[in-house]
Amino acid sequence: MVSPHPLVSLLAILLLALTLASGLIWFERRLLAWWQDRYGPNRVGPFGLLQVLADMIKIFAKEDWVPPFADKVAFILAPAIIVVTVLLSFAVLPFAPGVIVSDLNIALLFFLAMSSLGVYSIVLAGWSSDNKYSLLGGMRAAAQMLSYEVFMGLSLMGVVLLAGTFSLNGIVRAQRHLWFIVPQFAGFLLFFIAGLAETRRLPFDLPEAESELVAGFHSEYSGMKFGMFFVGEYLGITLISAMIAILFFGGWLGPGLPPLLWFFLKLFCFLSLFILMRAALPRPRFDQLMAWAWKLLLPLALLNLLVTGALVLAFLPRR
Amino acid sequence: MLALQASIADAVQQKFPAWPRFEQPTRDHIATLWVPAENLGPILRFLKYEAAPPYAMLFDLAAVDERVRLHRDGQPPGDFTVVYTLLSLERNEFVRIKVALPQDRLALPTITPLWPAANWYEREAWDMFGIRFNGHPHLERILMPRTWVGHPLRKDHPARATEMGPYRLSPEKEEREQEALRFRPEEWGLRRSEQGTDFIFLNVGPQHPGTHGVLRIVVQLDGELILDAVPEIGFHHRGAEKMGERQSWHTYIPYTDRIDYLGGVLNNLAYLTAVEKLAGIAVPPRAQVIRVMLAELFRIISHLVWYGTFAQDLGQLSPVFYTFNDRERAFAIIEAVCGARMHPNWFRIGGVAQDLPDGWEAMFRDFLDYLPPRLREYDREILGNGIFRARTRGIGGCSAAEALEWGLTGPNLRAAGLAWDFRKKQPYSGYENFEFEIPAGRSGDCYDRALVRVEEMRQSLRIIRQCVEQMPAGPYKSADPLATPPLKERTMHDIETLITHFLGVSWGPVIPPGEALGVIEASKGANGYYLTSDGGTNSYRTHIRTPSFPHLQILPRLCRGRMIPDLLAILGSLDYVLADVDR
Repeated sequence: MVSPHPLVSLLAILLLALTLASGLIWFERRLLAWWQDRYGPNRVGPFGLLQVLADMIKIFAKEDWVPPFADKVAFILAPAIIVVTVLLSFAVLPFAPGVIVSDLNIALLFFLAMSSLGVYSIVLAGWSSDNKYSLLGGMRAAAQMLSYEVFMGLSLMGVVLLAGTFSLNGIVRAQRHLWFIVPQFAGFLLFFIAGLAETRRLPFDLPEAESELVAGFHSEYSGMKFGMFFVGEYLGITLISAMIAILFFGGWLGPGLPPLLWFFLKLFCFLSLFILMRAALPRPRFDQLMAWAWKLLLPLALLNLLVTGALVLAFLPRR
Repeated sequence: MLALQASIADAVQQKFPAWPRFEQPTRDHIATLWVPAENLGPILRFLKYEAAPPYAMLFDLAAVDERVRLHRDGQPPGDFTVVYTLLSLERNEFVRIKVALPQDRLALPTITPLWPAANWYEREAWDMFGIRFNGHPHLERILMPRTWVGHPLRKDHPARATEMGPYRLSPEKEEREQEALRFRPEEWGLRRSEQGTDFIFLNVGPQHPGTHGVLRIVVQLDGELILDAVPEIGFHHRGAEKMGERQSWHTYIPYTDRIDYLGGVLNNLAYLTAVEKLAGIAVPPRAQVIRVMLAELFRIISHLVWYGTFAQDLGQLSPVFYTFNDRERAFAIIEAVCGARMHPNWFRIGGVAQDLPDGWEAMFRDFLDYLPPRLREYDREILGNGIFRARTRGIGGCSAAEALEWGLTGPNLRAAGLAWDFRKKQPYSGYENFEFEIPAGRSGDCYDRALVRVEEMRQSLRIIRQCVEQMPAGPYKSADPLATPPLKERTMHDIETLITHFLGVSWGPVIPPGEALGVIEASKGANGYYLTSDGGTNSYRTHIRTPSFPHLQILPRLCRGRMIPDLLAILGSLDYVLADVDR
């Protein structure tokens, strides 16, 4: 198979990621509505598909407002950070054989590094808004994302042990005979939970928690800057779903259908799962969230790593 | 009943031989004792602690401006009266203590050390009548803005905006009004910092998605830990009690709909229970059963709103859509019967507005079959959810004794383990003829409150089924001349019945002088109308004892030492309506 030029891949993937994220907004609203016995957006365009476009026009036309009491530089920088860090992660995702911007040999570490940087966006937004609700949201975000990051990295080490590489391409190829969901089921669960927490989605939307903190860290944001947080969140969901597909469900691998289609099929399953979580679950309290992270999930991740390591040592041939 | 009444007056007489005994006969047969101001504290203390059995709950505290009263009937002279209503669960009996105050000495000792619940009630009496309560920890306006001049429920205070001159908001006045809303922790005895820790004072409300209306709570925070909370109410105050003095007995009914705006006819029922006691009207059986049936349907409607929004307060997005859909079905029935939905204005003095429409039975039966499976589904979805349990169990609990201290009633009292329900204990509107259980909890925490309400919906369905199956035949309104408007066939006999009809509709009925308290078990707790008639076409004093008022007052006690998310869980579990708090 001939690989497209990296620049073509880059533009295509950038476009794709942004379209996916905004399409996901419509997808989520319709899906939630369907589960909640209502219609959702169905007026603009066929099936309401153009609703997102209408929203975008509205949001672009809004006044670019920075509250006079805010720390201006940080306030403007914060929404940019989240979009940039998430988009950068897309650079290392293999969508299909050869469809990748940069096949880094440390792609997994790059992904973890970028998602760590993402927390700056939320914390800066919460802090620079000079609003008590935003501050509380930012504080929650810092604690939550840092704690969940710890075992997010650990939960993936089992996969790395099995594949013997940090390259995402390599990890997909290593799943030719058996998807890692089977040997790494615990790792999958842990990564999924950590992914929910990293994207700040229900049940882990504590930094936002609209019934408690109004809108949490982005209470003071409006217009396009708010729009960037919004798109950043959906980019994040897409990223985590893609990572789940790549790390545990064999990425583009699958019989019959073209690899790209397989990838997107898997991607949409996990996107829907994210949305279903939001439709179904209430929100735990902040201290409960932290207790689960440190007292339950972290030890589990360590245990998973230990057991996987031992099994790999015992049964897999030395490379 | 009479024997018991005599006994409490005797007991007081025995304990306080110097008490100038005066018992006032009332239409509701509640023992009503007038006591001098200096005896008030000791007598209340005696009633709370020493009387056997004691009166543990301060049910209500109200004041009356007596200055233009015509029918005093030999009551002790005074310009203002303060009325304390106590409830004894063991006796299943109220007692009313009245103190007369002259205009130039409008002060009484506070009873907040005796009952913490008295705090807001005394502030309200100060706000509305200008009666001082010496020793009160924070005697400040509660329903009116701090900048208000005058005391609105005094008879010389205008009732309408048109009587007050045009309203102008100059920049200086705007500045002053805003400054008056500034929260100063020192005024509430709160410190800004302690041992090197600076506290955050977080302003929750008046516009906040979690407060269910215009309520302001200032929370003193150490991180996310709540050290103290100060609820501020009054943003929803519409002067419902003042309007009661302006409207005729009949035309006040639609105003009651809007007190607990989720409770619909339950408000009508509370008001009319008092009016019918005053007028001595016996409501015919069919009207009683129609009332019970609609009241129970509204209890379900109110609880469904609570169920969905409570889940939403805890971050669960979907249940609110399901329960509102169910509520919509119930509203379809209400609409078919009453023509309106949230504010049906359906009960009338002596009965209901019209007979049930054709096909009502099928509608009710459909709903009775529809709701139980839905409730079972919610049990799994909400009550059974692990996160929901983690968020509600052991949160915001209070003991039964504490609940009584603070005047909690309804599901919030029952969740604490006291299966007290006015429908069973002091049946009205024929509730004694129905079979139903009173669910109760144990720990009084958020989870128990939820359980009690969910079970109450099932019991309400049970009552509605009995209503449908045993709906008596007969008139839907009393033949009493005071029933308003009278039955049509009673208006065209002769000139006398026509005149009665004409007067009843144009002026409104003249209710004989006297006073009565009508208490019902509303969806949120004990809803009582304390009405005083001076023999006119409108009420001399309408006092509304709403359940939400004390329920909100206990909030700081429940959320101290908890976290911000718990505050929202507690608020949601208390199930108040701000129109019901502020009236």
